[in-house]
Amino acid sequence: MTTERITGAEALMRSLINEGVTTLFGYPGGAIMPVFDALYDHPTELNHILVRHEQAAAHAAQGYARVSGQVGVTLVTSGPGATNTITGIADAMMDSTPIVVICGQVGTAMLGTDAFQECDLVGVTQPISKWAYQIRRAEDVAWAVSRAFYIARSGRPGPVVLDFTKNAQTSYVDYTPQKIEFIRSYVPAPATDEVSVRQAAKLIDASRRPLVLVGQGVELGDAQAELRAFIEKADMPAGCTLLGLSALPSDHPLNMGMLGMHGSLATNVKTQQCDVLIAVGMRFDDRITGRLETYARQAKIIHFDIDPSEINKNVRVDVAVTGNCKDTLAAVTALLNDNEHTEWKESFREHAEKEDRIVIQPEIHPSEGPVKMGEAVRKVTELTDNKAVLVTDVGQNQMMAARYFKFTEKRSIVTSGGMGTMGFGLPAAIGATFGAPERTVCLFLGDGGLQMSIQELGTIMEQRCPVKIILLNNNYLGNVRQWQAMFFNHRYSFTPMMNPDYNMIASAYAIPNETVTEREQLEDAIRRMITTEGPYLLQIAVIEEGEVLPMCCPGNDVDDMLLEIK
Amino acid sequence: MEQDKKLYTLLVFSENFAGLLNQVTAVFTRRQVNIESLNVSASSTQGVHKYTITCWSTEEQIDKITKQIEKKIDVLKADYFTDDELFIQEVGLYKLSTQIVLEQPDISRHIRKHGGRIVEVNPTYTIVSKKGMTDEIVSLYETLQEYNCVLQYARSGRIAVTKSPVEYLDRYLEERRKVYEAQQEKA
Repeated sequence: MTTERITGAEALMRSLINEGVTTLFGYPGGAIMPVFDALYDHPTELNHILVRHEQAAAHAAQGYARVSGQVGVTLVTSGPGATNTITGIADAMMDSTPIVVICGQVGTAMLGTDAFQECDLVGVTQPISKWAYQIRRAEDVAWAVSRAFYIARSGRPGPVVLDFTKNAQTSYVDYTPQKIEFIRSYVPAPATDEVSVRQAAKLIDASRRPLVLVGQGVELGDAQAELRAFIEKADMPAGCTLLGLSALPSDHPLNMGMLGMHGSLATNVKTQQCDVLIAVGMRFDDRITGRLETYARQAKIIHFDIDPSEINKNVRVDVAVTGNCKDTLAAVTALLNDNEHTEWKESFREHAEKEDRIVIQPEIHPSEGPVKMGEAVRKVTELTDNKAVLVTDVGQNQMMAARYFKFTEKRSIVTSGGMGTMGFGLPAAIGATFGAPERTVCLFLGDGGLQMSIQELGTIMEQRCPVKIILLNNNYLGNVRQWQAMFFNHRYSFTPMMNPDYNMIASAYAIPNETVTEREQLEDAIRRMITTEGPYLLQIAVIEEGEVLPMCCPGNDVDDMLLEIK
Repeated sequence: MEQDKKLYTLLVFSENFAGLLNQVTAVFTRRQVNIESLNVSASSTQGVHKYTITCWSTEEQIDKITKQIEKKIDVLKADYFTDDELFIQEVGLYKLSTQIVLEQPDISRHIRKHGGRIVEVNPTYTIVSKKGMTDEIVSLYETLQEYNCVLQYARSGRIAVTKSPVEYLDRYLEERRKVYEAQQEKA
């Protein structure tokens, strides 16, 4: 290996390139200036996207990582620059998203003195990151960066924070590239117990009413094909979590729809009727389970997961198959008998038809009144041949998009699941356009969430990021308003919102735009949005008091779903 | 639920990185479990730190806490134990008023009876130390308190070694060494 004498900042550049990084999202500032100076010398290898707020740099890295499967990189300064990324770091931790956040830090001599823009970032981020480390010497750069990327992408992925002191950036080091692929204290994927594989196969073979829960672990483990083979061999119906929606094509005959609070009626009802529940790469979040005390009590539960700390965390399981689900699913499938569960599958139909009649048809094919959210989503997905990447913000726009968008390709949903971060959508969509440049990226957001990161229209303008922004404007913080209507006696406490002229704003950022108020204009407007090259903002004036249904109200049994609000 | 709680001892081994203690204790904080005692020291393996932590918990909860601690990147191994699986030791230090000790001969008798050891005497104060289990150390303290002679009192965190003939950390490190070697060979 060759050795060269360079600065710590330049060593960071070399280390990033060595890790295969091509794109970074960042914002300069005092304590990271030597790094930005080094970056200036690498315009072809490293494409730095200047965001307009550091929080957006973290979310953009998330969006990039989620669609590409590569580690997203964020580069910001110390103090406020660093603390602004914290929501993104916590979000990435909750949603197992591999990002590396590199922050400037004051020089080691000034650490602990309350120096200008000093913040104990390692202390702050330790509980919300997979690993946080302070680089205090240029000699540690190659090691720390390689370790950071290995930790971020391996096992259950997650965010890693590198706090880079200024003196380590400017001092010189004899640089040798490093490649870390082993840490003795860290076991990325636990060993699979052969006994559990056999037990799982045996339970599934004996099952008459199996139900598979598909989580994001399937996407993270790149096990979409293994999952298909698994469910097809034993003929098992499946439901997907929010983050697992594109792990199985929406039109797959065994895909019975989304799970959880706003999931499909059939999957939630059947959760309480199955005899074996098979969870793959998901963590039994409360939005999935409803009331834990009654959740799937009748069923034997099998849990496939790469993270041993998820086993028995929320739901006690009968068989835990730990390991990477790409391997474990294949291992169990090999032992399974071919099976058919025709009657059991058929039994989903009555619930699906009931939901279709009471909820879905009135939502996507309303005969009168203002445009509905689900209707807009369904039009967009149809006109993009169900091939687009869906990015959402958080709230009604997110739930409607999740319910009515259709997926044919893997890694096609980018949404803030665990954290529920409003303001996530716009920057995450920017990241997604860099992570999947050949794909159409459709972003659904509300008037609330757009304004939480509206400054990123500047990034879109500068980069010409082809984000198709679909603003479902209802002049409310819609999801909270819905809860206020349902659980707080219609007391709309600070949920109505006065909105600016979004067309003027988009025009000011040179983003083509239009507003649709009538149903008849919708389809043509969507076509214009899709065929227009580059970014586009389509504002749709949707029904103000729209409701996301069905709904399993918080604390209720998972099969106790409200289909209409009278 | 309260009745199911037992005193558990958690033995955690970690690499010697700054900030590890914070990460370990944060897991307890998040689940609102109080740490009864905590001791950090070197272990028998060079460069590996050993944390001995006790807390009252249900088995279900201590199991989750242990797994979440072991999940930390720089933690090598974390396991929980009940008292019967461990050799345990704590130390109590008692600083007593020499004047009262001399006035009340019963005090010396109690110290001997409890197995305490007088390690320092001067005209102002007398220092007693006592090794043992928590309740023994506390018992001597409570006895001494009755004479109103205690100027200061401190009890150490628990230290413990396992009774098992298997050395779990060594076994783990050996397994990991093999994984590493296999990986190197492949590459």
